[in-house]
Amino acid sequence: MALKIVKGSIDRMFDKNLQDLVRGIRNHKEEEAKYISTCIDEIKQELKQDNIAVKANAVCKLTYLQMLGYDVSWAAFNIVEVMSSSKFTYKRIGYLAASQCFHESTDVIMLTTNQIRKDLSSPNQYDTGVALTGLSCFVTPDLARDLANDIMTLMSHTKPYIRKKAVLIMYKVFLKYPESLRPAFPRLKEKLEDPDPGVQSAAVNVICELARRNPKNYLSLAPLFFKLMTSSTNNWVLIKIIKLFGALTPLEPRLGKKLIEPLTNLIHSTSAMSLLYECVNTVIAVLISLSSGMPNHSASIQLCVQKLRILIEDSDQNLKYLGLLAMSKILKTHPKSVQSHKDLILQCLDDKDESIRLRALDLLYGMVSKKNLMEIVKKLMLHVDKAEGTTYRDELLTKIIDICSQSNYQYITNFEWYISILVELTRLEGTRHGHLIASQMLDVAIRVKAIRGFAVAQMATLLDNAHLLTGNVQRKGICEVLYAAAWICGEFSEHLENPMQTLEAMLRPKVATLPGHIQAVYVQNAAKLFATVLKSGEGSADSTAAQEMMIERLPLFVQSANLEVQERASCILQLVKYIQKLQQKDVEIAEEVIALFAGELNPVAPKAQKKVPVPEGLDLDAWINEPPSESESEDEQPRAIFSKEEPKYSRPRHTEVDEKELAKRREVRKQEQASNPFYIKSSPSSQKVYQEGSGVEHIPVVQIDLTVPLKVPGLPMSDQYVKLEEERRQKDRADKKKEKKKRKEKRGGGRGKKHDSCPESEEDITPAHMVDIVTEEMPENALPSDDDDKDPNDPHKALDIDLDKPLADSEKLPVRSHRAAEVLKSPTEDVEAERTVVSQEPKKKSSKEKKEKKKDKDRKKSKEEKKKKKHKHEDKGEDLLGGQEDEPVVQSEETSVVAAPPTSTTSEVSDLDFWLSNAPVPSNAQEAAPVAAAAAADPVPEAASGAAPDSEPEEPKDTEAEETKSSKHKKKKQKKEKEEKEKKKKKKHHHHHRHSDAGGEESVQNGTVEEEEEPLPPMSNYCLLAENSYIKMVFDFLSLSLKMLEDADQVNDIQGNLQDGSQVVVSVIFENKCESFLKSMEFNVLDSLNSKLQRPEGSGAHDALSVPFQLPPGVSNEARFVFTMQSIVMPQKLKGTLTFIVKNEDSSTHEKLEFKLHFTCTSYLITTPCYSDAFAKLLESGDLKCSSVKLEGISMPFHHLLARICFHHHFSVVERIDSCASMYSRSIQGHHVCLLVKTSEQTVSIDAKCDEPTLLGNVLDEIKQTFSQC
Amino acid sequence: MIKSILIFNNHGKPRLIRFYQYFAEDMQQQIIREIFHLVSKRDDNVCNFLEGGSLIGGSDYKLIYRHYATLYFVFCVDSSESELGILDLIQVFVETLDKCFENVCELDLIFHMDKVHYILQEVVMGGMVLETNMNDIVAQVELQNRMEKSEGGLSAAPARAVSAVKNMNLPEMPRNINIGDINIKVPSLSPF
Repeated sequence: MALKIVKGSIDRMFDKNLQDLVRGIRNHKEEEAKYISTCIDEIKQELKQDNIAVKANAVCKLTYLQMLGYDVSWAAFNIVEVMSSSKFTYKRIGYLAASQCFHESTDVIMLTTNQIRKDLSSPNQYDTGVALTGLSCFVTPDLARDLANDIMTLMSHTKPYIRKKAVLIMYKVFLKYPESLRPAFPRLKEKLEDPDPGVQSAAVNVICELARRNPKNYLSLAPLFFKLMTSSTNNWVLIKIIKLFGALTPLEPRLGKKLIEPLTNLIHSTSAMSLLYECVNTVIAVLISLSSGMPNHSASIQLCVQKLRILIEDSDQNLKYLGLLAMSKILKTHPKSVQSHKDLILQCLDDKDESIRLRALDLLYGMVSKKNLMEIVKKLMLHVDKAEGTTYRDELLTKIIDICSQSNYQYITNFEWYISILVELTRLEGTRHGHLIASQMLDVAIRVKAIRGFAVAQMATLLDNAHLLTGNVQRKGICEVLYAAAWICGEFSEHLENPMQTLEAMLRPKVATLPGHIQAVYVQNAAKLFATVLKSGEGSADSTAAQEMMIERLPLFVQSANLEVQERASCILQLVKYIQKLQQKDVEIAEEVIALFAGELNPVAPKAQKKVPVPEGLDLDAWINEPPSESESEDEQPRAIFSKEEPKYSRPRHTEVDEKELAKRREVRKQEQASNPFYIKSSPSSQKVYQEGSGVEHIPVVQIDLTVPLKVPGLPMSDQYVKLEEERRQKDRADKKKEKKKRKEKRGGGRGKKHDSCPESEEDITPAHMVDIVTEEMPENALPSDDDDKDPNDPHKALDIDLDKPLADSEKLPVRSHRAAEVLKSPTEDVEAERTVVSQEPKKKSSKEKKEKKKDKDRKKSKEEKKKKKHKHEDKGEDLLGGQEDEPVVQSEETSVVAAPPTSTTSEVSDLDFWLSNAPVPSNAQEAAPVAAAAAADPVPEAASGAAPDSEPEEPKDTEAEETKSSKHKKKKQKKEKEEKEKKKKKKHHHHHRHSDAGGEESVQNGTVEEEEEPLPPMSNYCLLAENSYIKMVFDFLSLSLKMLEDADQVNDIQGNLQDGSQVVVSVIFENKCESFLKSMEFNVLDSLNSKLQRPEGSGAHDALSVPFQLPPGVSNEARFVFTMQSIVMPQKLKGTLTFIVKNEDSSTHEKLEFKLHFTCTSYLITTPCYSDAFAKLLESGDLKCSSVKLEGISMPFHHLLARICFHHHFSVVERIDSCASMYSRSIQGHHVCLLVKTSEQTVSIDAKCDEPTLLGNVLDEIKQTFSQC
Repeated sequence: MIKSILIFNNHGKPRLIRFYQYFAEDMQQQIIREIFHLVSKRDDNVCNFLEGGSLIGGSDYKLIYRHYATLYFVFCVDSSESELGILDLIQVFVETLDKCFENVCELDLIFHMDKVHYILQEVVMGGMVLETNMNDIVAQVELQNRMEKSEGGLSAAPARAVSAVKNMNLPEMPRNINIGDINIKVPSLSPF
């Protein structure tokens, strides 16, 4: 034994170490592979020795070879051996090798579990560190499950070095073993406040990675991160946090509002460019998430854009690049602010750096308008000519097409110009994007009917000069264009000036060198052209010439190797021969030949097929016939192939179809077409025949020098269109000015001034000719668009876990002792183990059940909560309170969750809520409701929750289900609104619930009022403001507390009169009722002395506010307007007008709608929760005046009545005892309004107290009116 | 997340590769070739960010690189990393190498790939930034080296001597290669 060791160490002296290996490889440059293979042989020998040092040395060399691309997985077992050495030196080598070459399917990994566990708990921190580092690279689901608990303990290690690594590796563990996230999360959260900055940074890092993928689960951490952000000085941490906020803000606009100020401060104060840049990025995200309706953000946008401009102008290319990158984000929502920096961006197009040019190109996309499109594209075309390197040029080409075709060719005013641009692009050398240009040509020609004549002329020229496109081998890609050209010429051949010439071009022998699919189109469309020629003059010289040409040239294609070409050619050749025969008999046949190609193709939307809903009762997965047995089909198939193929060869090429038979068939087909409603008949009258204007005549037929095909003498033709267009626009403008002057005289000044001062606006440019863009067809009952771009394989999907829910027993991480015994268990034992777990479960449950009985009320509440969660789950987007979402894996946990006291969740949520509501934000939780309204709540899950097995048996399930069903038919938006409000209410109630738990048990507290009795019918406060045939406006008052209005931005303007003036926010929903596009909506009211519309700074007292959106047909959207009030004791009315432009396909008209905005006294009230003790004090104080009212004949249940008062009049229930309830509300100026509502039979009496009697009287009147209406 | 860290020289020879997501060896080599191809044709005065690597990542990923003398340091990262932050991290990493190797040059990386790995492990772990303070990194690396020394190291002194004798082909030994300006000059950049 001793000898062996000595021998081993002597052997070792002759081994190469890593340095020797490297040196050797460098010395054998010519025969490196051979040298390495001998080295590998040596290594294999070394690995066979017992000496661990030798093995480690060998493994170290293998790691080097791995870098050179050699697969070393065969040594995986030896690597494990080295890893388990007790010496740090070897261990480190082993782990390094493992981290380089182990992966999930390395089977020896499962041998490492115990070794790694041992290393993790080693007293030497570097053993632990090395193990953690290695593990972070090759952790598998099994390792993650088995070691999660050990790593979690390490998170509280005494050494920060280990804590830091343990925290970081948790992310990898979560990814591989998502179940560990919930149990480990509290500790992870704890680490955010670790004394060591490195650990803190690691925790931030991990949570940011987690939150990036599933931000909504981490909203509740926002306050903590906010604190870190304002306290931390570590730029790394700051950057991560700021990035995280960027991901959170879209979910919670209130958060964004709160962030703006500290972020702006950071922007102003920091000197670190990286931090500045991230701040700007997040501010942009905030601004995007905030509703555009709120004013005062222009300053922030300006700041961002200004800072970005500085970045872009910097000489550092990196900053320039990032500036452009961030700019493109602003572009999406605030294109105007970016557009003003057009000069800078165009300048970047000339940058020598390709990355920067590409970014600039991206920006251009959003900066085009009708006005500058031609100019920008012209500039790009220049770049195309100059660009070196095909990738950049190809990029330019696609960008040009993207820019022009964006949003349905919105910015193109002159399609002739566009076609000529496309034609010019075909002259590009070596582009890969021939098919792109081709599809654009086809698209434009098909969808813009008016352009067809011009397009056909251009395409004919292209076909004529086809040799230019195909001449060079390098230009293969571009010949795709000929496909489009041939098709367009054939399909719209009636526009062709000289069909004979084109026909000749299409049948040139050179065509046979084109790719097969293009030849096929050529042949087919030659037939169409032939039909046209025939029609234009049967028996004329042209038609006979055409016939002869066809018969002469087609045989070339009949010989084609391409099946498609061959088949079409032989078919058409026979047809032509047959026609010739008929004509010799003097039979008129042109009409019939034309009929072969009659009918028009309609463009179909790309998604149309997918949108066709599956008819009811059709199961696509069901077999129509009995599935054939597998063996049978295997036998059959090869035979089928042969039998099919044989006749093909033997089939006579020239089948003579009997003349009569042909005619008969044609007749039958015609009749069939006529009676078939799905067959689109040709209607020549509908096709506008293009009137050839002056534009077409002086288009030079492209005379291109053959040797230098890209140089075109003289002005490129698209430029001509730019000039023409300019002239036309100028003329237009002049005309318009005249008109305007006339109008102005009539109106006598006034508002017209503003219009004139601004330069030519978008709408002023009218398209050159009325283009009738055919929209793409969709199936009639297409389903609304669904997001189908979610990747089901995303590993982060499994991590979408609610982290605020308390832990259940079943979720505890597997602990070592338990696992250690299980590691080598056979599968059967495993099953047994599971069974024991299962059998334990009921026991737990039964003990829980006892508890449950005691805590009856608690359970009710938690159930309520669950229901709420379900609601939330349905309308995702609307959920702004975060942290409470349902999760997909609850099934197994449900029972334990029920038993768990829900208070922690509630407190968590309300904490966040409280933190956020501290933020002075006028946009409250309702903000997103109208936006989300489109994705309306589906009531089905609600019903399902009613019928869920864990619901109480005494609860009237059926009624509830029915209720929800009936309400389905009601307006979805209303329902949404109601849910939203109720949710909000409930949340507030939780506050007092906890509060009063100690005290009065007797009285039923507010939160549970609705839940125990029948559910409420849906309610909405939105009432009609005005309506005409174009638009409908409904409005509601948003009750906002004073506190909320102390918006950081607004404070300055309104603080002065905050004492005597207050604000009311009116939410108006505009609904487009007509078929046209509504734009440039302007909202204005005549201010009274008492109430004023808040207008942005700098605008006059009578200026209208523009509504920040446009309305496509059938769409509705919400805008908010803020009014300032002096006195609020009386209801008041404001007169106003809404002006807007109705834009049709061919015209646009100015329309005006007048309305009266009625401010009720209710609208001055804010739902304010009040505790019963505070309420009692208030009543005792004696400052309040009393008043009362009686309502007769109220048949609705008491809780409905209360809910109505709460909902319509912004009250909240303070306390309810049987048929008596006290309610409270506060006005925007701080008046207290207290109600005592009592009911007996059909009479309801309301005693009310308020410190402002007039207000109280009016409020009571309004309440009375509400109930008299129903 | 950092998806991979690559160091290769002006000819595309890899000096250190570290993938935080599994790729088979031949794929790794392909990626290195592709990235080298992309990076090497860029001038030194253009920006240090690059999109368009098709093999690794996809649209969310970016290459962030720095070019020092004969070596390219390339980090492939996704959008959760700050671009400028990573640039700075590369600088920190190179400065750390400079400190640990005392005037680091390409040869150091060639012959001590393992040590470079150990240093990198103290900077980035499993694709996430572990430490950005150079002094801390150097301290940890040195402590571990000391530990290795106390264990006698991988190759004890006699073995070294033998291997030197064994390698008799002295004229071809790389130390005779004219190194020239191979030292990585670490420019002092503005602090982060």
